[in-house]
Amino acid sequence: MNTLIEQNKTYTENGIVYPSKVMLDLSELKKVYPTPKGDYVVLEDLNLQILKEEFVTIIGHSGCGKTTMLSMIAGLNPISGGNISVLGKPVTGPGPDRGVIFQAPSLMPWMTAFQNVLLGVDQVFPHATKNQRHDIAKYYLQKVGLEKDFHKKASELSQGMQQRVGIARAFAIKPKVLLLDEPFGMLDSLTRGELQDILIEIWNKEKITAVMITHDVDEAIFLADRVVMMTSGPRAKIGDILAIDFDRPRTRKSVLDHEDYYTYRKHLIDFLEH
Amino acid sequence: MEQEIVLKKEGQGVAFLRPFIAKITPSFNKTKVLSSLKQTGITIVSILLFLALWQLGSKALYNKEANYKIEKALTERGEEAAAAERACIESGDSSCQPNTLPSPLQVWGSLQSLIADHKVITADKAAFVEKMAETNAKLIAQGKDAIVYTGRASFIDIVLTSIKTVFAGFLLALLIAVPIGIIIGLSPSLRSAFNWFIQVFKPVSPVVWYLLVFMIVKTLYIGDSSDNAFVISFISVGLCAMWATLVNTAMGVSSVDKDYINVAKVLKLGTFQKVFKVILPSSLPLIFTGLRITLSVAWMVLIAIELLAQSQGLGLFVWEEFQNGANDSNAKIIVAMFVIGIIGFLLDRIMLSVQNIVSFNKNEMA
Repeated sequence: MNTLIEQNKTYTENGIVYPSKVMLDLSELKKVYPTPKGDYVVLEDLNLQILKEEFVTIIGHSGCGKTTMLSMIAGLNPISGGNISVLGKPVTGPGPDRGVIFQAPSLMPWMTAFQNVLLGVDQVFPHATKNQRHDIAKYYLQKVGLEKDFHKKASELSQGMQQRVGIARAFAIKPKVLLLDEPFGMLDSLTRGELQDILIEIWNKEKITAVMITHDVDEAIFLADRVVMMTSGPRAKIGDILAIDFDRPRTRKSVLDHEDYYTYRKHLIDFLEH
Repeated sequence: MEQEIVLKKEGQGVAFLRPFIAKITPSFNKTKVLSSLKQTGITIVSILLFLALWQLGSKALYNKEANYKIEKALTERGEEAAAAERACIESGDSSCQPNTLPSPLQVWGSLQSLIADHKVITADKAAFVEKMAETNAKLIAQGKDAIVYTGRASFIDIVLTSIKTVFAGFLLALLIAVPIGIIIGLSPSLRSAFNWFIQVFKPVSPVVWYLLVFMIVKTLYIGDSSDNAFVISFISVGLCAMWATLVNTAMGVSSVDKDYINVAKVLKLGTFQKVFKVILPSSLPLIFTGLRITLSVAWMVLIAIELLAQSQGLGLFVWEEFQNGANDSNAKIIVAMFVIGIIGFLLDRIMLSVQNIVSFNKNEMA
């Protein structure tokens, strides 16, 4: 793929530098929903490769199949044709190697923030000691700024706070790929900005390969290494890919002040409007 | 001035907490206190109105029956007999009182006589136990059964028997309906397998359940002379009342929020963890709604079943008083009616508070 070569990313493991390495590979991906009037093809011929430590945002019109694609990567939605593989291994079902941050925070409302994070940690690190597992959960809750709210019931937290717990829960299980399905779509713009900052701050540390769906063009540019644009459905596929060439770590101000920002923005809006 | 501004800002920051704060500290809310005072006032006024209507109604019925009696004496036995009848009724002699809806005061009197009666019987019982203590000790030493008090049960004993029966029945319903509900809630094929069963047996009347249980328990207890009325009645009550819990549990378990299930899938929780950490807690509110309905149904069918099973509870008490036809029987029936109603109300309140404790989403419960 051209973009891969253009980007020329390298991957370091045990001090040895390897050439570009693909973390997530979608090839010839297809999704069909049978209906009484015949098959409805949501996705077809969808090819996308996502590199290790890359942050990719996906934008496209509502109903084009972005969420379908993401839930297929998560393993929550069966694949009708083609392949999805993580580090060369085909995806056959859901698993904690692909952490998901859902659009709704999806916390168990009867558990505290801490218990919600611990639920995943206990599952993924069964051989760690209890203290170690508690420390992991606490660490990530601190990272999202909830040190004072460990023991609050999830139902007592505001939407934004709940989504912070969602972020902590997803990072705490140390997935290979992080899938974010419009995680900030339900928040007001102030809270959304705060959470974007928190997300990118943790991500800068952990560098977990991330795929995020968004409707917000500015969010897409601010967070991503590449913005993937999907064509409108049915038979949606990748329409265009835009590499965002800003240095990391980024600040909102440096991004907004960058001379290329408005070129990128125009590119994306042109795509969405045509 | 400055402080005011700060307070205002804080108020804005925690605006989403306001409903919770108001819930925690209702006593500090002036308008709330006033409105609850008003509600209490309305309740008291309506109770007084009810008593007044009752008094008027019973008076009218009393007069109607009294007039009829006098009229009848007049046409059948002549004027003298009619005058005697009138005098007899006015004197309050129990032999010729009209037998109709008792007035609130009569009912109050009956309640007090029932309580007095309870004291007498309790004293009797204590005396009996004391008298038989030595004999019973000997009997037990010889390996025989002790002699127990078999006299009349007091009204309080009767109420306690009813409560005991309803709790035993409720417990039975819980032990049957909740596990089965969970199992059929988890499996769609078991749900369809059980569906006809639930639909057919749910509407069956308490009387028929009683007869069914009677058929079975009678055979099981063959050759055993002990009193099985209690067993029959609590099993019938449980079987009658369990359906609401069964249906609600199955529904709660099968309709867990898809997001929670997805979280469980992504985390690859095992079946045990999935059931106990995700599915059960999330269906608890519905399970408890079911249990609340079960308890109130249990209490309602209890009366009919006790009557049939001859179990020494309120159902039998009401029926015996009706058959008895004594002067204060009607008043005693009304006392029982109020006791049944008030206990039913209290049971429902208890379940409601338990339900509120276990439900995680307080706002949805209201």
